[in-house]
Amino acid sequence: MLAALLIVFREVFEAGLIVGIVMAVTAGVPGRGLWIFGGVAAGVLGACVVAMFTGGLSELFGGSGQEIFNASILGFAVLMLTWHNVWMARHGREMAAELRAAGEAVVAGSKSLAALGAVVAVAVLREGSEVVLFLYGVAAAQGGASLAMVFGGFVGLVLGSLVCLATYLGLVTIPARYLFGVTSALIALLAAGMAAQAIAFLEQANILTALDETVWDTSWLLSDSSYLGRALHTLIGYVDQPTAMQLIVYAATLAVIVVLMKLFASPAAHPPHVAAAE
Amino acid sequence: MKFCRSIGLFALAALSTAVVTPRAATADDTVTLSLTLKDHKFDPAELHAPAGKPIDIRVKNLGDIVFEFESSALHFEKIVPPGSEAVVHVRPQQPGRYNFFDDFHHETQGFLVVP
Repeated sequence: MLAALLIVFREVFEAGLIVGIVMAVTAGVPGRGLWIFGGVAAGVLGACVVAMFTGGLSELFGGSGQEIFNASILGFAVLMLTWHNVWMARHGREMAAELRAAGEAVVAGSKSLAALGAVVAVAVLREGSEVVLFLYGVAAAQGGASLAMVFGGFVGLVLGSLVCLATYLGLVTIPARYLFGVTSALIALLAAGMAAQAIAFLEQANILTALDETVWDTSWLLSDSSYLGRALHTLIGYVDQPTAMQLIVYAATLAVIVVLMKLFASPAAHPPHVAAAE
Repeated sequence: MKFCRSIGLFALAALSTAVVTPRAATADDTVTLSLTLKDHKFDPAELHAPAGKPIDIRVKNLGDIVFEFESSALHFEKIVPPGSEAVVHVRPQQPGRYNFFDDFHHETQGFLVVP
């Protein structure tokens, strides 16, 4: 029971951090509940499908199917997060200024919600497929799902969801005038971390071999597999032994997002003298 | 603005160059090691490989439960369903003792020793 509880908690907590951030980012946007719930539902469904086909997936691309699949969906999530941040840099302030009342803002807001809904789906799919595989494996080994396992899994799900709720409630206590900046930074770090993780999968598949030496080792300080290490891994892409390529891609992703946000920022967001200085 | 754009382009160009640069070692250099997992134990629990050569670790799950073959030090994580076999590629290593484990059951540990 304890094993099921711990594994389910761990995975739900990782996905929950991302869902919590997305909930805070979209706080007050009409129709967000539907998109987030849709993302979770699509993620759960996807997790079951992926878990069912893991064996076949592994054998694709000369045995590197899992790596290519993971790298691809992570890459997709990075694009969605980047797009969201750039879109918000352009329209976020207008939306806030108009108090999100106009019908126009609702329509515009839903475009960005779709991107974040997709990010939620990817997060739930990745963590969820591990839960499904694990629980299915335990059930198969025992010759059926035991009550203890179901109970353990349920408690893990509830505790993990509490982390999601805590993340959301923690973020929304941030005063409105800072919330936009904080959530933009969180989304950018989330995207950079996912990009670095995608690189790790490409390195593992031998698709990417340049600059793959380990640059530093902070596992003595904070291990990847500790809870704090996992939380930071999900949130900002912490890895205790990063490769040079991971660090480069991490920095490049952050730089590209910041540059794009500046390029597409709505003119009204900048006082004229700042624009002239650039 | 233009400046920002050219920085972005430069970063992209640098990255794409890095991606296509092949590793100096040839495929023939690769050392292949095999191990199995059963009853939450790796067999052998300790692998040995020479320094400075790429390593393929071939792991077969002989148990009846899925496991996640993972190592932070060696940079891999891969799900291995029961009855199946997976290969992870490890870059050439410096001498050392590197740990790997089953991420679903952390008591299941093994080591790669590079003398």
